[in-house]
Amino acid sequence: MKPVRDSPASILPLALDGMGYAVAGKPLLSDITLRIETGRRLIVMGANGAGKSLFLRLCHGLIDPTTGRRLWASGEGRAEAQAMVFQRPVLLRRSVAANLDYPLALEGLPRAVRRETVARTLDRFGLNALAERPARLLSGGEQQRLALARAWAMRPQVLFLDEPSSALDPSATKIIEEMVAQFSSEGITIVMTTHNLGQARRLGEQVAFLHRGRLIEHRPAAEFFAGPQTPEARAFLAGDLIW
Amino acid sequence: MIHTRRIIPSAASGLALIAALPASAQEFITVASTTSTENSGLFGHILPMFQEETGIEVRVVSQGTGQALETGRRGDADVVCVHARAQEEAFVSDGYGVQRFNVMYNDFVIVGPNDDPAGLRDASDAASAMAAIAGAEASFASRGDDSGTHVAEMNLWTAAGVEPSGTWYLSTGSGMGATLNTAAQVPAYALTDRGTWLSFENRGDLEIVFEGDEVLFNTYGIILVNPERHSHVKAEQGQAFIDWIISDDGQAAISSFTVGGEQLFFPSAASQ
Amino acid sequence: MDGPFVIAFRLIASGDPALMQIIGLSLRVTLTAVLIACAVGLPLGAALALARFAGRGAVIVVFNALMGLPPVVAGLIVYLMLSRSGPFGSLALLFTPTAMIIAQTLLILPIVISLTRSVVEDLWAEYREQLLSLGAGRLRAVPTLLWDGRVSLLTGVLAGFGRASAEVGAVLIVGGNIAGHTRTMTTAITLETARGQLGLAVALGIILLTLTLTLNAAAWGAGQWARGRLG
Repeated sequence: MKPVRDSPASILPLALDGMGYAVAGKPLLSDITLRIETGRRLIVMGANGAGKSLFLRLCHGLIDPTTGRRLWASGEGRAEAQAMVFQRPVLLRRSVAANLDYPLALEGLPRAVRRETVARTLDRFGLNALAERPARLLSGGEQQRLALARAWAMRPQVLFLDEPSSALDPSATKIIEEMVAQFSSEGITIVMTTHNLGQARRLGEQVAFLHRGRLIEHRPAAEFFAGPQTPEARAFLAGDLIW
Repeated sequence: MIHTRRIIPSAASGLALIAALPASAQEFITVASTTSTENSGLFGHILPMFQEETGIEVRVVSQGTGQALETGRRGDADVVCVHARAQEEAFVSDGYGVQRFNVMYNDFVIVGPNDDPAGLRDASDAASAMAAIAGAEASFASRGDDSGTHVAEMNLWTAAGVEPSGTWYLSTGSGMGATLNTAAQVPAYALTDRGTWLSFENRGDLEIVFEGDEVLFNTYGIILVNPERHSHVKAEQGQAFIDWIISDDGQAAISSFTVGGEQLFFPSAASQ
Repeated sequence: MDGPFVIAFRLIASGDPALMQIIGLSLRVTLTAVLIACAVGLPLGAALALARFAGRGAVIVVFNALMGLPPVVAGLIVYLMLSRSGPFGSLALLFTPTAMIIAQTLLILPIVISLTRSVVEDLWAEYREQLLSLGAGRLRAVPTLLWDGRVSLLTGVLAGFGRASAEVGAVLIVGGNIAGHTRTMTTAITLETARGQLGLAVALGIILLTLTLTLNAAAWGAGQWARGRLG
């Protein structure tokens, strides 16, 4: 069962060309050049303040770069077939099912299609028993599961995840990782930040390593973990504090 | 869920609701009158008789005399019924009213604490009564609102040769009832129309301490607002009300209104 | 003389038609005003929370200040507008319940707008990225934020209802306190006080207080329920 768009014209690859972002003249992210190819699992790593979350927000189109370009295969405009899961997802004050329905209604899908999609999503993620529960009253793990389900229901070609399990306990984290792996196997491109080295090793195909707002390493995950080329990445993997 | 497409129709239906409200098929006129007539209950007594006879509903807005005349000048009433002769005549001569008719009179009385510190019970006339209050600097509660009663009070001070001021002179700037409530609390003397006084229950220590002087007689006039100035004035129905109230039936209705067995208003339409 | 509580109880128990008429009119006027103020004020307040334009701060300050608009001033403004000598005189609305609704709407609107702005602004800070990510632009976010802020917004609407149902200055001026036509509980209280009929005035006050109390209790209960139910 794959979430398939009606007109699956690919929005990928996403090409970042010298992309940067500055606030009041102070650059927070500079000169990022990178291609995100279809079907990849890209893990974005780096210390706190390296610009990982900002990087995701720029890619996702929540903010626009102040320098350089962000170009989808479908054009410069913000591509629709993408979704993002935040570290602390905002669930609306309504039922689980209504939360799943919300982005579909925004998309303007007909009622029957929405009802069918919501039912399918509830089934797919084992949320049937929770369908009528108020989303805000779910546990942290359930909330994040719902956020992932909501993202999946939007049938994205690329899914951005910003530290999706950093606030969760190990068993909930495991469930989230399994979901991400399944999404990837369905062909959804994954771009994810994480602090958790184990998680990065388990999920990563590619690693982009950010240091002080710059992309200093971008390699296949196996190579990166086997022998990082930059001293900053080496120090990071060794658990040293780097600034 | 609140969606814009549901808010907009609800706003529209809300507006439609206000638009529909004024629709009242019944024939009515608006009369601007004084608080004294409304507060005493006179209108409540006589208006049903008029409505039964003609089918015209009379909506009474009770205000101070000054405000009632202003309501008439602005065209917000069809008829005014007040008691300040000079102002009423100016109202007509300035073209705001058609013609003034005598309707009835009642009288003013001076009420005060029953121990009567200024000795008003011994006064020979109203002017000397007022002079005695000022002389004793006994508390006096004034309407202070340019109402007919206030105008009458100021005329009495002038007749007494007194310019009222000082801590004993309390200008309440409010209606008759509120002024009497103040007077009962202080306690203070106050000039009031007999009608309001008789139907007023919160008297405390107050009693009538002076009454009967002719200058205390308080004549009510009734005037149709000039339709030449305000074309929307319901001249026909307004005139019907005036004709009725100065007719034998209307005058008898006024006489028949009593509070505690006492007649409050005395017909005076015969003396035009 | 019976105490005011006895008078109040007897008035209610007897279902005195004049009293019922007064209560009915009071509720009709105030509830209609609340309804209109919400229909206008909720979207406007939300728009004010999300929009960015020159002079926005000034607009916010003005609406905040208008929350303290004295009812008599609101009444006077509406009076001058609706008077036969005023710009809308031909509508013949002065001394009608409609005029009272307009005046009370004017009193409630700033409360609804200001409170909505503040609630929606806070929610927007929390929801902005998520809603944009899900595909909702600012305009489309408005109904979502209003709905998710519904429990807090109810408090504002109640404050508006309280202000309108308690005020006498505006309805007295524009309604004229005409018996059986524009006499509300508050103007009747004013009249009965002026007549020295304090017992009746207090009785009406008790009825008004009871109604307000009941409504607030119901709303509080609904709020508690919604918090427990919806998180």
